[in-house]
Parts: sequence; structure tokens; C-alpha cells
Amino acid sequence: MAGATNHEYHILPPDIWPIVGSLSALTFTSGMVLFMHDMAGGHAVLGLGMAGLIATFYSWFSNIVKEAQTGHHTPVVQLHLRYGMILFIASEVMFFVGWFWSWFDFALFPSELSEVIGGVWPPAGIEAVIDPFALPLLNTLILLCSGTTVTWAHHSLIHGDREGLKTGLWLTIALGVLFSAIQAYEYAHAPFEFGQNTYSSAFYMATGFHGFHVLVGTIFLIVCLRRAYLGHFTPRQHFGFEAAAWYWHFVDVVWLFLFITVYVWGGWGAEYH
Amino acid sequence: MATTADTFQAHPDEHFDHDADHKPGFFARWFMSTNHKDIGTLYLLFAVFAGIVGGAISGIMRMELQEPGIQYLGWWVEFIGGGPSDFDKAGHMWNVLITAHGLIMVFFMVMPAMIGGFGNWFVPLMIGAPDMAFPRMNNVSFWLTAAGFVSLMISAFVPGGTGLGAGTGWTVYAPLSTSGSVGPAVDFAIFSLHLAGAGSILGATNFITTIFNMRAPGMTLHKMPLFVWSVLVTAFLLLLSLPVLAAAITMLITDRNFGTTFFDPAGGGDPVLYQHLFWFFGHPEVYIMILPGFGIISQIVATFSRKPVFGYLGMAYAMVAIGVIGFVVWAHHMYTTGLDVNTKMYFTAATMVIAVPTGIKIFSWIATMWGGSLEFKSPLVWALGFIFLFTVGGVTGVVLANGGVDDNLHDTYYVVAHFHYVLSMGAVFSIFAGLYYWFPKMTGRWHSELLAHIHFWLFFIGVNVIFFPMHFLGMNGMARRYPDYTPAFAYWNEIASIGYWIMAASMVVFFVNVTWAFLAGRRAEGNYWGAGATTLEWSLSSPPPFHQFSTLPVIEDHHSHHNHIGGRPSGPAAAH
Repeated sequence: MAGATNHEYHILPPDIWPIVGSLSALTFTSGMVLFMHDMAGGHAVLGLGMAGLIATFYSWFSNIVKEAQTGHHTPVVQLHLRYGMILFIASEVMFFVGWFWSWFDFALFPSELSEVIGGVWPPAGIEAVIDPFALPLLNTLILLCSGTTVTWAHHSLIHGDREGLKTGLWLTIALGVLFSAIQAYEYAHAPFEFGQNTYSSAFYMATGFHGFHVLVGTIFLIVCLRRAYLGHFTPRQHFGFEAAAWYWHFVDVVWLFLFITVYVWGGWGAEYH
Repeated sequence: MATTADTFQAHPDEHFDHDADHKPGFFARWFMSTNHKDIGTLYLLFAVFAGIVGGAISGIMRMELQEPGIQYLGWWVEFIGGGPSDFDKAGHMWNVLITAHGLIMVFFMVMPAMIGGFGNWFVPLMIGAPDMAFPRMNNVSFWLTAAGFVSLMISAFVPGGTGLGAGTGWTVYAPLSTSGSVGPAVDFAIFSLHLAGAGSILGATNFITTIFNMRAPGMTLHKMPLFVWSVLVTAFLLLLSLPVLAAAITMLITDRNFGTTFFDPAGGGDPVLYQHLFWFFGHPEVYIMILPGFGIISQIVATFSRKPVFGYLGMAYAMVAIGVIGFVVWAHHMYTTGLDVNTKMYFTAATMVIAVPTGIKIFSWIATMWGGSLEFKSPLVWALGFIFLFTVGGVTGVVLANGGVDDNLHDTYYVVAHFHYVLSMGAVFSIFAGLYYWFPKMTGRWHSELLAHIHFWLFFIGVNVIFFPMHFLGMNGMARRYPDYTPAFAYWNEIASIGYWIMAASMVVFFVNVTWAFLAGRRAEGNYWGAGATTLEWSLSSPPPFHQFSTLPVIEDHHSHHNHIGGRPSGPAAAH
């Protein structure tokens, strides 16, 4: 790093991953287009883009962890990371606003023009909906429970109890995986298919993007568990863990809204499957 | 008092820290950059390139519209590889051109220039920070924008439906963008927005974090230069509006390819829902494109009036108000979709409220100049052009805000005139104002002030000749987005097309000026605008060292010190 600095900011050396990640993203989206139009090379280009993105995320976050472990994350840099994470979650919230917007539009003003909707909600074309008080309620309890276990892990970490940290994280990850498994089972046995009407379009896209965020959150927690075993994190400095926990709580809150507005309210009055 | 850092105490060792000017090699410096000034330069070069492409496309459009009938579109169909042209393909070509022009100018010219370019260059300098908070993420923001541009360029050469390219308009309205445009071109165009949008969200995160956390000691929010305020508000608009667009265009992708029916009435969907989602983003987006311009104009007007800007706090919070209200006016773009009359009344009233903070800004700029010792250097001339022409666009905006009036003017050239007065005269004038203001600071070389003034006058005349007649055309009912028109509209269309060539000639002057500056421009000193320029970038050399502020500057309260930069008092306002 150039010259002596009298500040605590993190001046970074040049890095190849931003351009690699961007080109990988372009490769990925181009592969998606080829794939969606059944054109030659779709899978290969998609796979290449995916591999580039995974390599970028892996290397980029590895570098951040290394920098954290070598003292580059001064108090002000940690504050940057906190702001960055809060703002990232804020943008994620707005992303879900888009999906909820379409859900409420369809549910509050069911189309009278469309035969598959018939002016009612859930639509005439939906014979039965998923019983919200069966697996979705179980999933709600699982996620709420995972919120407590991740807090358990956090308090253990703050009090220097590394075994408690690991146990709490193991339980949280297990609950996250269980949630995803139940969600996959529910999709496989749902009484309506993907697409064809607004109910199943908005249902699958909203819950599907939530499910994707659960997977990302689970990976984030797995990284934290690995770091816990490597002896990273101190009772005073463990923002990587806190960011994962914030993200996990965000995913949890989105689920609560999905459970109430999509599963319970959105399916009200329909036959339960 | 304070668009400006009141008192700046440079540490004596700052200017002798040669290590701070150590630069990496060519590839590492420009392709792996983590330096806010280099990334800002990349953004500016990218914006110039995209501006040439988008501006050339508008030249094709003005040539086609110069007289009634279809003249050139068939040639362009064959040029991009679309085979023998026919009437439908020519019409589609027109749609592709207006789509590309809009998307390029919005996402790849104005936004990269203002936020990526000037924002990156001057936000850290103005708040006394060594760099941005997340230097690597800064770079990925740029390359994602570039990747988005590549995706949009690819889209022009693959099938989009009737012909090659995405012919959906920049708004990508369903059902034209879904069942109306089979073929991969529209998918490439949509993913282009995903990529550029991701870059902008990351950039917004970076700017907000930088501005909140990296202000130099003593630089309170209420002492922050107005340009920094403008980027802060812009970043919040980006952060909160772009993800909604991402959701909307993802729905387009799944409607097009995976059988969802978000916007397909057969499955209960609603094309108007797309318009709501799009304009919930799209309206904040127009403020995203103008707020940094407001910030630039504030710096320039204060500098060349040798006065702090009039009503600093009012100016800052007017931008905050514009940003907040900008989120609750979106349906004024949709008055003719069959909105309920009460809804139209609400959106009419809410839209007109925005004229209040905007008026605060216009009058405060004028009040800043009132009694100031004005120096008509090129940045101020461009800023005056901005204030005049943006006001014209703002006034036609108030006209269009009326739901009842808009029933007649919607989708006419009156709307085209309106948004070009606020964009290609508002936003673009502020970009040129900023460029002439900071060009010697960024490059260390002087441009020619004479050529800058010639550029201004030619551009000013050119764009007014293009766009002012469009008011007449629109009020007479000429619809936008068609390549042909009845001979009744021929007169003003020919005038407008002549205006394009005047504007194009002015751009030749601009590029000559830039080339001349690099070849023979004399060296610029640190604070070449003199006593009126009081923000922190003027305390540094031109160009600034590769890494500035290795020792943070301290902004002291002006009650205890009066020695401003250069040891000279900054005009009468210093003695409140």
C-alpha cells in the first residue's frame, strides 16, 4: 500500500475479481437467454457464467475474511460494513415489495375478464390451496425457532462460549436446511402448478425468491460455522457473524409476511389440500 | 453558511508525500482499479462513448423525421443484418432505435456521467476522504454497468420479434415486451437492465456509506457541499427504487419464458400492473438523473458568484423533499390507462407539490447570483443555460402534471419536448457545466475557454431548435414513437432536424477542445477558479495525487478561524 497513512480507512490494492465477476454475470445472463430460447450452447454458457460467479464470490469473500483476520477491519471499516449490510438488506426489502405488490394487486382485484380467475380469489382455476396450518405453519415455527438459535449462538459468542456458538450455529443451519427441504416437499406436492394464472405465478415467484434467500442465508451461516471452527470471531469483533444473523432475521421476517398474506389471507376460503 | 468547507487546515506534509502518487501498471490501474478517481475516469469515458452511440442514434431518428415518409429505416434494417427490409421491419427498426436511444442515454450516459463519474471523483474529495468506503465494490459497479451496455448492444443484432433488436421502448411495457416480442433480443435488453441495475444498487450502497462514515473531522452533514447532498439523496432513490424495477423486469422474463401470467390478462394478469411497478422505479429515476445536476449547478453558481449558495439548508432539504415526494407521484405517467378519477386527482396534486422544492432551488440559485461578483466562465454559462432551460422543462412539467390536460397531451411530442428540456438540456447542461468546471482539476490541463463558450452557444441554439418546435407539434397532436407523420407536421420537423446538426457541430467543437487540452492545454494549478471555489477538492493539486488525504483534513468551525483556502476571505458572506 502506498505511503504512510494517518487514517484508519482501508485503501485496497487493485483487484481482478470485480471485472471477472461482471464478465461472469454477463456470461450468466447471456447463457440464460440462450437456454430460455433453446439455442445452441445455452447450458455451457450458463454453466461457465455460474462457475465464474461462484469463483468470484468465493475469492472475494475469502479475501474479505483474510483482511478481517489481518487487522484491516478497523472500527471505522467495521462501521462501513454495518452500513453496507443494512443498505443491502434495505434494497432486498424493496425487491420483495415488488413481488408483494403484484400479489396484493391480484388478490385484491381478481380479474373478471380471465376465465381462470373468474373475479374471485383464490381464482376459480385453483381447486385447492396448500393448507397454511399444516406444513407452512410448521415452517413458520422452524424459522422462528432458528431465529432464537442464531441469537443463542450470538450470545454465546459475546460471552466467549465458543461451544455454544457452534451448537447454536449447527442448530440454525439444520433448521434452515429443514425449512428448505419442507419447502421443496411442499412444491412437489402442491395442488397447483407453476404459472398459468396469477395465483400460482405470484405464489411461486414470491415464495421461490424467499426460498433462494433462505439458501443464501444458510450458506452464509455455514461460512460462519466454518470460521467459528477456525477460531475466527472474538467477543468484541465478529461482524461477519452479525451480518449473517441480520440476513437470517430478514429472511425470517419476509417469511412471516409471506405466511400471513400469501398462505393464510391469500388462500382464505379455498379448499385446503 | 456552508455549501463549503468553512476553514480548511492542510497538514504541511500532505503535499510532499510522494508515495501517495505511486500508480499501479496499466492493466492493474484500469481493469482492476480500486481508486475512486480512476473509476470515476472510467465512468466518464464510458459515458462519453455511450453518449456518442446514443447521440448518433438520435441523428438517425432526426434524419428519418426530417420529412414525411420512410426514408432511411430500410437501409438500417439491412445494415444491422436484418435481411431485405419491408414496412413492418422498418417500423420495428424505428422502435429499436427509440428504445436504444432511451436506454443508452438514461442508464449508460447520464447516470454513469453524473453518479459514477462526478460522484466518484468528487464525493470523496469534497468530504475529505482518501477513497470510497468499498473500493472493490466501486469497481464492480462500473464493470456491471459496462456489462449491461454490452448486453444491450448484443440485443440489437439478434431477433426480437418483427425484426432484429428490442423494440419495446425504454419502459419495456407489456404486452409488447412479452407476447409482442418473441425472440431473444428483449431478454438481452432486460438482462442489460438487471446488470446495470445491480451495479447501480451497489454504487448507491457505496455512496451512502462513504458519505455517512467518511466525512473528515468537522465536516458535519450541514457543512457538506450541496453536490455531496445531491449524490446522497440520489443514492437513496437508487437503493429503494431499482429493486422494484428488478422485480418487475424479472416478472417480464418469467412471463416471456416460463409461463407466468403477471401481465397476461388471459391468466388474470394486468399490463397496467407492470406500468405501476415500472414507474414506481421510473419516476424516482428521473430525479436520479437530475439531482446530481442540481448539486453541480449549486457548486458552480456559488463559485462564480463568489458567495456561498443562498439558503444552504433550504437547498439541501429541498433535494430531500424532491426525493421523498418523488416516490409518491409515479402514476402521473399513467393518466391514460384508465385510472380512477380520484386517483388522478391525487397524483395531479402530489406531482404539483414537487414544484415547490424545485422552485426553492431555482430561486435560491438566482438569489445566490444576486449581488454576486459574477464571472462568466464557461461552467457558469452552462449553469445559466441549465437554470433557464430546466425551468422551461419544469413549467411544461406542471402543465403535464394535470391529469385532465395530459389526457390530450399524453404520448405526443409535447411530452418529448418536456422531458428533453429537463434531460438533454437540464441533465446534459449540468454534465457539461461540471465537465468544464472540473476538467482541469481531473486532468491537470486547461481546456480552451473560447471553444467552451462556442460549444455552449452552438449547443444551446441546437437543442432549442430541436426541441422547442416539438411543443407545437405535440399540441397539434403529433404522436411520439412513429417514424412517419402527416405532411401537416413537416415544417417544424424539418426545423427540428436542422437543430440536430447544429447540436452535432457543437459536439465536434467539444471534442476538438478536449483533444486540444490534452495536446497543448496549459497546466492547471490547484485552485484555478480562485476565491469563489472553497470546497476541499480545490485544496489539492490538479490532478490530485493518486491517494489524497493520507492525513485527513480538519474542517474547523468558521467562528474561530477566518483564513479560508488560499488565505483569502471568501467574499462578503464570511462576515455574517
